[in-house]
Amino acid sequence: MNTAQPAVIDIRDLHTSYGAAEVHKGVSLAVQPGEIFALVGGSGCGKSTLLRAIIMLLRPQSGSIRVFGQETIGLGDEQALPLRRRWGVMFERGALFSSLTVAENVGMVLHEHTQLSPHLIEEVAAVKIALTGLPADAGAKYPSELSGGMRKRAALARAIALDPELLFLDEPTAGLDPLSASGIDELVRSLRDALGLTIMMVTHDLDLLWRAADRVGVLDGGHILGTGTMDELAQMEHPVIREYFYGPRGRAAREQAWKKK
Amino acid sequence: MAVEQARQSPASIEVTPGTAAVHCTGAWTVRGIARLERQLSSIPWPTAAELALDGSAISALDTSGAWLLHRTIRMLEQQGRSVVLRELRPEFDALLKLITARAAALEPVVPPESGLLASVGHWAWDGMHGIYDMLAFTGESATVLFRSLLHPGRIRWRPILHNLQTAGFEALPITGLLSFLMGIVIAYQGADQLQRFGANIFIADLVGLSMLRELAPLLTAIIVAGRSGSAYAAQIGTMKVTEEIDALRTIGVGTHELLVLPKMIALIIALPLLTVYCDVTGVLGGMLMARSKLDVSFDVFLNRLGDAIHLSSFMTGIAKAPVFAAIIALVGCFQGLRVGGSADSVGRRTTVSVVQSIFLVIVADALFSVVFNWLKI
Repeated sequence: MNTAQPAVIDIRDLHTSYGAAEVHKGVSLAVQPGEIFALVGGSGCGKSTLLRAIIMLLRPQSGSIRVFGQETIGLGDEQALPLRRRWGVMFERGALFSSLTVAENVGMVLHEHTQLSPHLIEEVAAVKIALTGLPADAGAKYPSELSGGMRKRAALARAIALDPELLFLDEPTAGLDPLSASGIDELVRSLRDALGLTIMMVTHDLDLLWRAADRVGVLDGGHILGTGTMDELAQMEHPVIREYFYGPRGRAAREQAWKKK
Repeated sequence: MAVEQARQSPASIEVTPGTAAVHCTGAWTVRGIARLERQLSSIPWPTAAELALDGSAISALDTSGAWLLHRTIRMLEQQGRSVVLRELRPEFDALLKLITARAAALEPVVPPESGLLASVGHWAWDGMHGIYDMLAFTGESATVLFRSLLHPGRIRWRPILHNLQTAGFEALPITGLLSFLMGIVIAYQGADQLQRFGANIFIADLVGLSMLRELAPLLTAIIVAGRSGSAYAAQIGTMKVTEEIDALRTIGVGTHELLVLPKMIALIIALPLLTVYCDVTGVLGGMLMARSKLDVSFDVFLNRLGDAIHLSSFMTGIAKAPVFAAIIALVGCFQGLRVGGSADSVGRRTTVSVVQSIFLVIVADALFSVVFNWLKI
C-alpha cells in the first residue's frame, strides 16, 4: 500500500476479565501485513480469549484493538460488517453448520456476500475445498460424516471462502494426526504465499510453530512475555519461555526443524 | 488491500475487433468478477484459432478470480483453440498455477438421484425401522424398570427428584391456569343449554364429569408433552450430538438407567398428581362460572358434585395419567436418542416427539374409553 506499512492488527494495553478473573492485564501486540503470527502459551492463559476479542466476539474491559487501522472496540454489528468481510476465522472445533453439506457451508458465505451466480459459487466452493486438500467428494458430505481432520480442512475452506486478507486460525492442528498436521503447515504457508494473506493463529503445536510461523508471541499471566522469531524466542531467558522451548517436546521439535534447514 | 481493491475497476475482458488480441483488465477478485461472469457468455471471442490473452492489466487476482480465468481459458481450449496467457504478474501466475494444479483433481460429483419408487421404499423402510426401534426401546425400558424395581438400591433418586421438580412442580402454574380456564369454558358453554331446561343444578354434573373423566388428564398430558417431552428429546438429542451418550456408554453407565428411567419414574409420579390438581382447578373454574351465570352457589354446587360424581369417575381419570406419563417419557427419550449428528436433527426430533406423544396420548385415551365402556365403569 505505502512504504511504511501499518500493522494489520495493533493491540495496545488490553484488559479483559471474566467476572473477577482478569485474563489480560495489559496486552500489547502488533501483527504485520503478510506475516504468519502465532500466539502461544499454556492452557487457560487467555489465547483464545484474545482471539475472540480481536474478532469482536467478546468485549474487553479497556484498551485498544485496531484491525486494518480501525478501532474495533465498541463497533456495532452494522459498522463491523465491512471489517468482518475482510477476515476469515477458523474455529478450533470447526463450527461448521451441521445442517449444510461442506460445499454449502463454503458456498453460503459466497451467497451472502457476493453477486456471483449459483453455478460459479458451486465451482469456487469446490476450488476452495480442493485447495485445503480435501477429496472432491467431500463437498457433498455433511460435517457429521467427516473425520476430525477433514472437518478442520472444511472449516479452513469456509474461512478462506471470501479470499480474506486476514485469517484467524484457532488451534489449526489440534486433534490431527501428524501427517494431516504437517499438511496444514504447508497449507498455511502456501496460502500465505499464494494469496498474500496475513495469518494469526493460536496454537500449541511446536512443529507448526517451527515450520510455519514467522513470528511468535508468548502469552502468560495476562502479559505478552516476548515476541520474535522462533530462534529469537529460543534465546530468551524467561523461565516460562525456556520451559516451553526446552521441555522435552520443545527440544524434539527444534531438532526436527534444524534438520530440515 | 480491500480499500485498494474497491477503488479498482471490476474485472473485464476486452476484445479488439478484427484481431486475435484479448485484454484482461481490472480486479479479478471475488467482489470484482460478478459482472464479468454474467457477461462471459456474450463476449465476441475472435474467430482465430490462436488466442493471445494479455494479462498485464489484471490489477488483482484471488482464488475466485483465478478460477474464473482458468475456466475461461479451459472453455476456449475446449472449442479447439490454443490459448496463451501473457504478461501476467509473477505472483498472479503462481496463484493461477496453484489453482490449475488443484483443479485437475476436481471432478464434478453428481449426487445419486433417487427416483420416486426409491423414495417411497426408503420412507417405508425407515417407518418400519422406526416402529421396530420404538418397540425395542419400550421393551428395554420395561426390562430396566423391572430390574431396578428388583434392586431398588440401583434407582437414581436424585435425577428423579430433579425431574419431579422440573416436570411436576414447575408445571403447576400453567396446567392449573389452563384447566381453570377450561372449567370456565365448559360451564359457560353448558350454562345456556341447561338454563333453557331449568336444569341449572346439572352444571355440577357437566363440569365434574367432563373434567375428572376426560379433560383434566388429557389436558395435563398434552401440556406436559409439550413442556417436558420436548425437553427430554432436546436434552438427550444434544447429548447425542456432543457425544455425551457415547461417553456414558464407554464409562459403562447405561443410558436407560441414567437418562430414561428417572424421567419415566418421575413423570409417572408427577402426572397423576398434576391431574388431581387440574381436577380441582377445573372444577373451581366451573364453580365460579356456575355462580355468576346460573346462580348456583358454591354450597349447592359442591353438594351436587358429591352426589353426581362417583369415586370410579375420579379414578378412571387418574388411572390414565401414569399411562400417558409413560408414553410421553418414552417417546421423548426415544426421539432424543434417534438424533443423528446435526443441530437440524435435534429440532426435527423434538418436533416429532411432541407430535407423536400427543397423538399417542389421544389414541390411548380413546382405547381407555372403549375399555371402560366394556367394563361398564
